[in-house]
Amino acid sequence: MADAVIPRSRAYARAERRRRLGPLSVLTHVTLVVWTILVAVPIVWTFLASVKSEDEIFGDAWSLPASLRFDNWARAWEQAHVGQYMINSIVVVAGGTFGTMLFGSMAAYVLARYRFRGNRAVYLLFVSGLAFPVYLALTPLFFVVQNMGAIPVIGPFIGLNTHGGLILVYIAYSLPFTVFFLAAFFRTLPGAVAEAAFVDGASHTRVFFRIMLPMAKPGIISVTIFNVLGQWNQYQLPLVLLTSDKEKWVLTQGIADISTAAGYDADWSALFAALSMAILPMLIVYTLFQSQIQKGLTAGALK
Amino acid sequence: MNYGRMRFVTGFLAIPVALYVIYVIAPYAQAFYIAFTDWRGVNANPRLVGLENFQRLFDDNVFWKAVGHNLILLILMPLLTIGIALFFAFLLNAGGRGGTGGVWGSKFYRVVFFFPQVLAVAVVAVLFQQVFRPDRSGMLNAPLIALGFEPVGFLSDTDIALWAILGVLVWQAVGFYVVLFSAGISSIPRDMFEAAAIDGAGGVQLFLRVTLPLLWDTIQVGWVYLGIAALDVFAIVWVMTAEHGGPDHSTTVMAAEIYRNAFQYFKFGYASAMGVVLFFFTIGFAALALRLSRRERIEF
Repeated sequence: MADAVIPRSRAYARAERRRRLGPLSVLTHVTLVVWTILVAVPIVWTFLASVKSEDEIFGDAWSLPASLRFDNWARAWEQAHVGQYMINSIVVVAGGTFGTMLFGSMAAYVLARYRFRGNRAVYLLFVSGLAFPVYLALTPLFFVVQNMGAIPVIGPFIGLNTHGGLILVYIAYSLPFTVFFLAAFFRTLPGAVAEAAFVDGASHTRVFFRIMLPMAKPGIISVTIFNVLGQWNQYQLPLVLLTSDKEKWVLTQGIADISTAAGYDADWSALFAALSMAILPMLIVYTLFQSQIQKGLTAGALK
Repeated sequence: MNYGRMRFVTGFLAIPVALYVIYVIAPYAQAFYIAFTDWRGVNANPRLVGLENFQRLFDDNVFWKAVGHNLILLILMPLLTIGIALFFAFLLNAGGRGGTGGVWGSKFYRVVFFFPQVLAVAVVAVLFQQVFRPDRSGMLNAPLIALGFEPVGFLSDTDIALWAILGVLVWQAVGFYVVLFSAGISSIPRDMFEAAAIDGAGGVQLFLRVTLPLLWDTIQVGWVYLGIAALDVFAIVWVMTAEHGGPDHSTTVMAAEIYRNAFQYFKFGYASAMGVVLFFFTIGFAALALRLSRRERIEF
């Protein structure tokens, strides 16, 4: 019907026909399905291996488990300490992200909306941190944290092999991106509401926490997601700062250690169970909040 | 009023700036100094030795191997990732009927493709260590052996291991750039595609003449991100490969050598000199990338 009504050029009709008949659309779906398989299969395979017996794991990789051995999961949680590692990760990321967002938004707000001598210099100091490779700082950072441990009273909470020390380092290394992103966000907010509040006698601090911070909520959510994932997945910094004390390790360290240090008498089925335990929470959280997470992670690149 | 204002500004900046200076700025500044000393774990009083560390670095075969691997990754990882991601992003946004909408199920594909991005690199490294196993218990080798081929030593063959690493890096990164480029494509006004389609442009022409030029800024950002990521590769090599960068240094990268020299050999001065080299590679790459890809901006 529509074809008969709308007059079209011959070239357009030709292009349309080519598109409909051409192999492109079939090929399109094939490539998309192939990549979907490439992404999904290693993960599904890991979940399957996590309920296999030791013999089945060393047998044919594509065989299905004869029975579902969930005791692998129990062993990974208890004996391989995955439960402990996960709790440690939660503690460090909760503290790290909360501190990053509090201090990052405070600094970003002041730098974005107050004029004072040195504003530009402080802003550039923060943003320059985006360009430095962290590996350059590792050695001195190790000794900075070690020296922190020697401070009286608070030292034992922020030195090497402490979660407090790692949290402070996470905050400091998350500040460049957080300040960069939130300062840009605070600059775009209208000032009328804040001015009205100042006229009513509100203090600067009150205006920030009660008015500006709630107005910046979309930006805050994006950066929070970015920081939670970044800190949860961090491996290099805990490797340097939580060396000796296995009890304090975070999840990434624990998983990497099970595979490298275990050797020949390794508990392979527990390794797969531990791996699945590390993937499963991310899968659940990602399924629930995928559009928010995609926005949060790509936010920096789109600015 | 003014007094309270200043006090507020200082109060809000004090803690973030203090944390940042202590944990980030001071270590970076010290690293440049340490690079010119002979500081090792054993001597308590490091001496300044001038450029000696850099001279030794110049003759260090392992370090140059690492630099070479970083450079291979620096070229190939952005190229492959951006190429694949652009292709998928175009299909998902403009590959549908009429050349303007996305294909059927495009939202599902985007969700699945992005998932590897939320996994920790250390976890992905352990996962692929199992996938790459050299016998029939390995996910990839099992079908090869079943078909009668020799098993491939993905991580044990010195000619192949680096490509295995490249594959895993691309596997994890593609989804992020599909989403990034999708956002870029969806911000291109739809009538541009329609106008081009009416003028007779096919799928390939739509991609080359409309999508690519209008997406250039986003691609440039992606290129800089991926290049810096390629220079900073560490966890995948350290966790996945044998001997942390092996076999026989065939997969080692600068970050792994820095970590090894600092925290296994305790050659703090030498490791810092490597860090300084990495720093200049990073700055140099960023400057070069921004310079080379500068083009006239198309406003729309």
